[in-house]
Amino acid sequence: MTGSRSYVAALDQGTTSTRCLVFDHAGRMVAAAQHEHRQHYPQPGWAEHDAAEIWQNCLRVLPEALASAGLVPGDLAALGIANQRETTVVWDRTTGRPVAPAITWQDTRGAEIAAQLADGPTGDLFEEVCGMRPAGYFSAPRLRWLLDHVPGLQRRARTGEIAFGTMESWLIWNLTGGPDGGVHVTDVTNASRTLLADVRTLQWDQRLLDVLDVPVELLPEIRPNAQVYGECRVGLPGVPIGGAFGDQQAALFGQTCFATGEAKCTYGTGAFLLMNTGDQITRSDHGLLSTVAYQLEGQPTAYATEGSIAVAGSLVQWFRDSLEMIGSAPEIETLARRVEDNGGCYIVPAFAGLFAPRWDPDARGVVVGLTSYVTKAHLARAVLEATGWQTAEVVEAMAADTGIAFTRLRVDGGMTSNHLLMQFVSDVLGVPVERPLVSESVSLGAAYAAGLAVGYWPDLEVLRGNWHRAATWEPAMSPAVRERERAAWGRAVERTLGWERGDA
Amino acid sequence: MAGTIQSIERAAAVLHLLGAVGEPVPLGELARTLDLPKPTVHGITRTLVEVGFVVQDPETGHYALGRGLRDLGARLDPHLLRARAVNWADGLAARTGLEVQLGILSGTTVEIVHHVFRPDGSPQRLRTGEIQPLHASALGQVLLAFSPTSSRLRNLELPVHTPATLTSRLELTRVVQSVRRQGWAHVDGALRPGVAAVAAPVRHHLGIGVGALGVVGPREWVIGPDGAPRAGLAEQVTASAEAIAATLQERL
Ligand SMILES: Nc1ncnc2c1ncn2[C@@H]1O[C@H](COP(=O)(O)OP(=O)(O)OP(=O)(O)O)[C@@H](O)[C@H]1O
Ligand SMILES: [Mg+2]
Repeated sequence: MTGSRSYVAALDQGTTSTRCLVFDHAGRMVAAAQHEHRQHYPQPGWAEHDAAEIWQNCLRVLPEALASAGLVPGDLAALGIANQRETTVVWDRTTGRPVAPAITWQDTRGAEIAAQLADGPTGDLFEEVCGMRPAGYFSAPRLRWLLDHVPGLQRRARTGEIAFGTMESWLIWNLTGGPDGGVHVTDVTNASRTLLADVRTLQWDQRLLDVLDVPVELLPEIRPNAQVYGECRVGLPGVPIGGAFGDQQAALFGQTCFATGEAKCTYGTGAFLLMNTGDQITRSDHGLLSTVAYQLEGQPTAYATEGSIAVAGSLVQWFRDSLEMIGSAPEIETLARRVEDNGGCYIVPAFAGLFAPRWDPDARGVVVGLTSYVTKAHLARAVLEATGWQTAEVVEAMAADTGIAFTRLRVDGGMTSNHLLMQFVSDVLGVPVERPLVSESVSLGAAYAAGLAVGYWPDLEVLRGNWHRAATWEPAMSPAVRERERAAWGRAVERTLGWERGDA
Repeated sequence: MAGTIQSIERAAAVLHLLGAVGEPVPLGELARTLDLPKPTVHGITRTLVEVGFVVQDPETGHYALGRGLRDLGARLDPHLLRARAVNWADGLAARTGLEVQLGILSGTTVEIVHHVFRPDGSPQRLRTGEIQPLHASALGQVLLAFSPTSSRLRNLELPVHTPATLTSRLELTRVVQSVRRQGWAHVDGALRPGVAAVAAPVRHHLGIGVGALGVVGPREWVIGPDGAPRAGLAEQVTASAEAIAATLQERL
């Protein structure tokens, strides 16, 4: 293969879109391409993707990104992959076709299965082995649902005809040849969120597989984050795939949070605060998850504690698409700026229940404080403030769990282009909020892993040197206002809890 | 109607018809309803598709009103502009080592809608939302040169900020003309002593400047020994501004 091998590419398979970004040695973005895929909501609480469509988008963005910068595959030293986590795909190894729509992380149909698992001794077993209590959020309940509902799947699963994976597994398998010798692997961060893997050994645990009746023949091999898994046969022919990561862990890595206590929050469809906890698996009393941060070959595993917020940017999308209040997501800032405050209105977007710190699958969203004074501009404020207050809640939970008080917060993701929101986050946290020079930390983290695997970057210290501050928002809200608004938010949240059970 | 232009009248009729029908219309039907030969109507619709006022369904070939019409009355949202600019502004800061600002015209001033720090770790304050004078900033001179309302030059007040500030209207007019010719502006200490800037327009439909993108920094980092911007700097700024403009064409 000819070419300079002087760049690294990342494929970021997200909830709303698939993008390819190309980076140079200094971690600067030199090319980008992106395609959205369709969201399917066949019934309330369900959210599906077509894995075949996502694979096609992947095949489009890779050459498009290269072409936009006049590059050829030979100019790439490696490809890294980041993916929307927990989204579950099952496919036929012979035809290469998915056996059913992919069940996404926003889909609630695993909740019932998870509730059964969480009850009694199996709940303790999962907590002991995976470091998390079962919740419908993780992939295994979705896999169980598919095995139960797709005719003949359980039987075929035992024969090895069928493969399970999250999006990175699906893409790596296809990129490396699909039915024709495709490599079936996952990485430690994605595996740690299935409910099937031991968080310490990072291997599938037979006891958990037995509880869920998941045949081991279905499962990919678990690999470190930075390792050459194989070479692309299509898409980027000849380019080694050097790394894979769940998107939130990729962002932690991209923000170079390599030391214990370093944290970042990524604002995309949802928002996810992760703090590196080093070799410690922290058990949370405040609704946080312990998860794998990263594993580099031959080195001890780094862990993280995570505050997961299900709905952040997707509330802005709902405001745009379902309420048709704005034409594009950024216009919400223009609308919100028409007024000084929220006019007493609060929106709690418990669309799929509440994630951290409450984990109530039966919560449903509310808009409260409506009076005839409230305009759509106040609603726009309330939409943005919901993300701010949800951040404050997970930051509080993390500080309580770890005893480490935040003195600043590193942020990234699409919503960080909203100045009003970032100022509000700083205001409600009472600490400076910092954005790095590359907002696409997810892609950068995936590129970093792949580049490390092939020796394009020598070590973590060099990567650290690539981090530069692009903006800082300083807190400006008075403590009195903060307390008053915090209390009002808390009362609004109470009104969402248990709604679906009918006892709220 | 004497003195009207027939082709514009016909184009307006096509638009009215498409607006009234509410579903894509085949060419033949358009021609029949307007009582015009097919080739004539085809020429009109093709032109309207070209300018974005009409879209053609790729499968059926039928015509409908395009997004361009709806966007006509609405000015480009400044926050949408920022969102599209972020990645390119970051890249520009990373490559030049300079602070990056994105400005829009706001009355007779520049409003900074996006700001990227100089990536050297030094303490800096976020300037998003700040106002700059049109005549004394590179962003402002670009906006004067590429905005359709540049006639406002005549009513502009020209307060002095530094000894290098342009205070003569005639001189400013000449500078703005040369900015329009060369496609970018540079300012050397006209707003703050010892601080220089280079800016280029973000050009949308018909080349109209909807914003200005600039790099700002200590004079010796921006200006070369010959008094012009350092080699390649204006090209880098212009290329980034063009990349942002390209993202305005697509809808996400
Ligand atoms: N200026 C803005 N103001 C508010 N929200 C915004 C703005 N720009 C983008 N968003 C929201 O951010 C989200 C897009 O961010 P991003 O591209 O990081 O997410 P994503 O990668 O598609 O999602 P994910 O990775 O979580 O699957 C969308 O939900 C969008 O509504
Ligand atoms: Mg993402």
